[in-house]
Amino acid sequence: MTFRIALVLALATALVFLTLPVVAIFVDSSPGRLIDSLGEPGALDALWLSLRTTAMALAIILAVGTPAAYLLATRSFRGKALVVTLVELPLVLPPAVAGIALLAALGPAGILGGAIEATGFELALQTAGVVVALTFVASPFYVRQAMAAFAAVDRTLLDASRTLGASEARGFARVMVPAAMPGLAAGAALAFGRALGEFGATLMFAGSFQGVTQTVPLAIYDRFATDFDAALALSAVLVAVSAAILLSVKLVQGSEVLGAAAR
Amino acid sequence: MRRALALLAALALLAPASGCGGDDAGGSAKPRLVVSAGSSMSEALTACGRDHPGATVRLQFAGSDALAAQIRRGVKPDVFAAANTRLPAQLHAEGLLSAPVEFATNKLVLAVPAGSEIGSLGDLAGAGTKVAIGSNSVPIGAYTRETLARLPAAQEHAILANVRSEEPDTKGIVGKLIQGAADAGFVYLSDVEAADRRLTAIELPARLEPEVAYAAGVVEGAHQPDRARAFVEGLHGGPCAAALGEAGFGPPSR
Repeated sequence: MTFRIALVLALATALVFLTLPVVAIFVDSSPGRLIDSLGEPGALDALWLSLRTTAMALAIILAVGTPAAYLLATRSFRGKALVVTLVELPLVLPPAVAGIALLAALGPAGILGGAIEATGFELALQTAGVVVALTFVASPFYVRQAMAAFAAVDRTLLDASRTLGASEARGFARVMVPAAMPGLAAGAALAFGRALGEFGATLMFAGSFQGVTQTVPLAIYDRFATDFDAALALSAVLVAVSAAILLSVKLVQGSEVLGAAAR
Repeated sequence: MRRALALLAALALLAPASGCGGDDAGGSAKPRLVVSAGSSMSEALTACGRDHPGATVRLQFAGSDALAAQIRRGVKPDVFAAANTRLPAQLHAEGLLSAPVEFATNKLVLAVPAGSEIGSLGDLAGAGTKVAIGSNSVPIGAYTRETLARLPAAQEHAILANVRSEEPDTKGIVGKLIQGAADAGFVYLSDVEAADRRLTAIELPARLEPEVAYAAGVVEGAHQPDRARAFVEGLHGGPCAAALGEAGFGPPSR
């Protein structure tokens, strides 16, 4: 009995602690003022930039991460555990570390800085730099989930397609990816959410400039000191989008469970 | 077992309540003095804050505007020291800060990485020059815009068109310059001094220079008002004044 009370108390504490700040975003300002603050051009620029850079980062993550995760999930080789750990590492890196690391590697004074400059391409303080930062921090979220999804697919499906004469490439595209789709979608949603909220690595590597590198989290920080209502309004948008992402992940996973039950 | 688990859960519930006292329990019985100060003062105040008599000084640095916003939202450090006189004056007018005391001055300079070919303001307008400045809300950004506004309009626009990043504090500008991400930036002379010769300061013509004065006050509702007052007074007479001088700050103008 005492134990059950303790469990309920723990859950109640967690619930209040986790939801109160989110609720406060909507309560601390009136809906009308929130909408007014969103009409400001800087806020719209930030939303549009966040959307664009996050979409680009996600496209890169899907294009490279899907085959990479497939390889890691379907082959075993020496040092695989090490490779998986390295791929997953940005997951636990503090964003400030990611920012410093990107500058040290790809910044103008970084180890590849000269090579990048020679191609005439610029990353630091450019929109492309934001995409690089988002891709770096968000890709492990997708690759991890995609690996698990591919690993969970019944291999006899792929073997059957091979027996019927399909190449492995065809089997990958026509059998494995569709079969792993719910897991891939969930991974993509998580990566999208992480990229959308990126702050530290973006500020350090790409800087902050309206319409070019100032994504929504940076715009929130910029307004925090001068216009708290505007900061709240942008925060409310991020909360709504993030909640929608989480919900869609749950729905996808829910339908997966239902689908499995039906089979 | 059951009792042990319940005890653990109870402890977990109590932990947040006792947590705030945890910092003082670090062995020293000295009271803690929390000082919120603009980023540009971090080297100087860290040096003198360590051996402040009678209190353990806890310094937190950020853009002065962000620190003022925290105070407006009910955060109560003991001392607020800003890179301008406007923010402390505003907080004083709002009843959140004691009458501010001006304790130091600084110089706005054009900073470039050591060995840069940029030698004057005139070189900033060229195509492809990447300039980093402070965001409009932070004092360094306001001083920079004030200065640029005194230039001929065409030159001002050309320089502003080359701005690639608006950083939330001086550290961000210095970082972008040292990393080569930006070619030039506007910071305080003390920031260049703190950068260990990796940056070169180019002084601005006197007619363009803004008046950069630092002011501090005791936050209303401070936990240690007496010690806070002593700290503020020490900023323009005590060891912190000496540390500020060494870091490149000037004495207060009045």
